[in-house]
Amino acid sequence: MSELLSVKNLQSGYGRIPILFGIDLSIAKGEFVGVLGHNGMGKSTLLRTLMGHIPATVGTIAFAGTDVTRASPAARARAGIGYVPQGRQIFPALSVMDNLRVGAACTGRQQTIIIERVIEEFPRLKPILTRAGGVLSGGEQQILALARCLCAEPQLVLLDEPTDGIQPSIIEEMKDTLKSLARARNLSILLVEQNLEFISDLATRVLAIKRGQLSGEIDPTKLHEADLAGDIRPA
Amino acid sequence: MTVMALSRSGGVHVALAALAALAGIVILPNAAPLYTLINVTLYMSMGVFALSLALLWGYGGILCFGQSAFFGLGAYAYAVAAINFGDTTLAAVFAIGVPALFAAGLGYFLFYGRLSDVYLGVITLTVTLIFFKLINSTGGDAWRIGAARLGGFNGIPTTPLLTIPFTRIPMSPAQMFIFAAISLFSTYALCKGLIVTRFGRAVIAVRENEMRAELLGYNARRLKLAVFVISAGIAGLAGLLFANSVFVSPTMFSLSMAAQVLIWVVVGGLGTLFGPVAACFALQIATAVLGKLGIVDPNIVLGLVLIIFVVFVPGGIQPAFAALLHRLMDIRADRPVAGEVAR
Repeated sequence: MSELLSVKNLQSGYGRIPILFGIDLSIAKGEFVGVLGHNGMGKSTLLRTLMGHIPATVGTIAFAGTDVTRASPAARARAGIGYVPQGRQIFPALSVMDNLRVGAACTGRQQTIIIERVIEEFPRLKPILTRAGGVLSGGEQQILALARCLCAEPQLVLLDEPTDGIQPSIIEEMKDTLKSLARARNLSILLVEQNLEFISDLATRVLAIKRGQLSGEIDPTKLHEADLAGDIRPA
Repeated sequence: MTVMALSRSGGVHVALAALAALAGIVILPNAAPLYTLINVTLYMSMGVFALSLALLWGYGGILCFGQSAFFGLGAYAYAVAAINFGDTTLAAVFAIGVPALFAAGLGYFLFYGRLSDVYLGVITLTVTLIFFKLINSTGGDAWRIGAARLGGFNGIPTTPLLTIPFTRIPMSPAQMFIFAAISLFSTYALCKGLIVTRFGRAVIAVRENEMRAELLGYNARRLKLAVFVISAGIAGLAGLLFANSVFVSPTMFSLSMAAQVLIWVVVGGLGTLFGPVAACFALQIATAVLGKLGIVDPNIVLGLVLIIFVVFVPGGIQPAFAALLHRLMDIRADRPVAGEVAR
């Protein structure tokens, strides 16, 4: 598999407070990578830095062979990196359809066809297309956030704790959808999660993050046995 | 429901507005007395002005306290160009182009400087007050651009009337009325059309959350600058219509003018287009009637109206009216339809 994302010695933080310390990460085309870690270990910061929301202080980020370390979030999104942030972050005043249109507008291609395809992939959205995003349930909003991200036809999707506050039935549905999407679209996905079952069922490779460093790789089938505080096999 | 079917739903409003405008254009010039005709032309120029802020603030989320700067600039650009060139068609282009160009320069520093909303409001208000002071102090022969004397606080009473394009025949009040009506409807249709385009949706997304929109690949600063420039051009068009209804004077840059347009948008409904135009008409008629009666200062009433709306009808006329209609038609309240995007 060819390399899509290559991160070398990545460091970043909030103001003068460093959070990430020398992250090295590589994701191949079509690969599903999970990042597991406790609260405050730098999981979300890693995704925000990859997306350009937080600038990298040291290190490089290369996407599809191009250095995007200094690129703006908008430029990275246009290059093919999709981001579904924690807390869904849909546009509450816009209808479901308008949320999808906003997601598709940057592609510059046939919006209607792209949106129709996404709606087929997320049938739960079909009956609620005219409803305002703000009145949807948490699970529906999460599905909408993912669908909106896919409207931009990304090659890599960064998913930040998609199961946070979502009811179990929707989590199962999301799991099935993500599996089929990754296969059908040959998507690369970087999933940050605390839900062990979710990450073990989806990821082909799981990395542990501790105090801003990737501390090792965990066998996805043995996640329940792993002690994130120490019992991790070196990468 | 298909994507195509959903995208067609916005057209109904435009068709209804077109029908109403057409009826007005045909009936009023033949039926109404001259005084009414000129007044309605004036109201329509203000309606275009209201639309300029309704688009910028309601959809772009940019609270510009100094929209009157573009309004006045448009009128002065028209007057100066018309006096110098003798051709009002070219002057009309200047009326729209000069404020748009000025907004492009000002907006570049505002948006690319990443100024917050509060500073943006303060700076735009300061700009309009600078224009107000500057133009007021341009009395005397020394203050002229080519053959056009700026005239200080007297303004430019000799502003040439708009002529029928490519002729030297000035428009009659009835023709001016028709031109203003066409301008108002065209501007409404333009704004309505703009917000359902990719550009419009992106602008709304930036209004909702700038960072979120950037994460989806939008250049938020460029989008904000673009809507700022478009809005300034519309305000310039309003200035052109106003200059042909009344005359060009520094009051166009005044604080009361800057405040009035904000009141129209708040009362009409932020995030709507028809509401601010309706509020503009209603409040101007009310102000004129109150002024005639002389019982109470119309400005006090305007202030009261603003307070009442902010406290009791924060959504404005149009959303309140739409909600009432929905209730009457027994539409289920738990299934809101996001049509015209409200804040």
